[in-house]
Amino acid sequence: MTESSADKEKYKKMAMSSKEYQNFAKTREPSRSIGANCLRAFIIGGAICVLGQVIQELFMHLLHMKAEDASNPTVAVLIIISVILTSIGVYDKIAQWAGAGTAVPVTGFANSMCSAALEHRAEGLVLGVGANMFKLAGSVVVFGVVAAFFVGIVHLILGTGGQ
Amino acid sequence: MIFLWAFLVGGAICVVGQVMFDVFKLTPAHTMATLVVIGAVVDGIGLYEPLVAFAGAGATVPITSFGNALVHGALTELHDQGWIGVISGIFKVTSSGISAAIIFSFLAALVIRPKG
Repeated sequence: MTESSADKEKYKKMAMSSKEYQNFAKTREPSRSIGANCLRAFIIGGAICVLGQVIQELFMHLLHMKAEDASNPTVAVLIIISVILTSIGVYDKIAQWAGAGTAVPVTGFANSMCSAALEHRAEGLVLGVGANMFKLAGSVVVFGVVAAFFVGIVHLILGTGGQ
Repeated sequence: MIFLWAFLVGGAICVVGQVMFDVFKLTPAHTMATLVVIGAVVDGIGLYEPLVAFAGAGATVPITSFGNALVHGALTELHDQGWIGVISGIFKVTSSGISAAIIFSFLAALVIRPKG
């Protein structure tokens, strides 16, 4: 009896209050300044856009497309690359380093869909893959469509549609 | 030269996203949704096209161009078909991006066995 109460005393001393724990966790967190994060995002984000430009130039020169016609297949190629890199687990490694640099380009959109699809694969094709694919990307689609609708309505009211 | 502008403009848009992560403490979903709405509004006032002409893929690869493309489809159909075009045209331009993302993510889920 006395021993167990002594043990309890020991554990009490070990336990931290949540405030102490937060301070402790903060000292263990790798410190990343906002400036360094922004520089990383700039470099990787810029590099992905340059890759997109290279693919677009290839479409323009090899298939004689105009710039505006070439941008759609360019996005599709970037999405394929992103899905492949996500599937073999490389994209998330780059994303850990690059932050918004990999999230903001369209490759990040594809990455969020592909990783959601893979993550929920075990729950089945319909309830897992089908239902969860847009879990993260859905908000982008919803807000994009709603915003586009209101912009279209404003142009309709002002009579300036389709300049 | 277009490559340099693509790098600078594309990188700058990503920095805006990073600032929203770090300074305003937004979740990735909030950040992406905000950027898409910004892209839609910027195209609504007619400024996204000049940016694309200037920076090429630097403007078409970031997610802001998704908002731009949605508005573009809506306005083109509005011009061609009247008021119903605002709804029928929204996905016209973005179809390839969304379709590609759905199809290849699904195929990946069929083929890949996730670890863990």
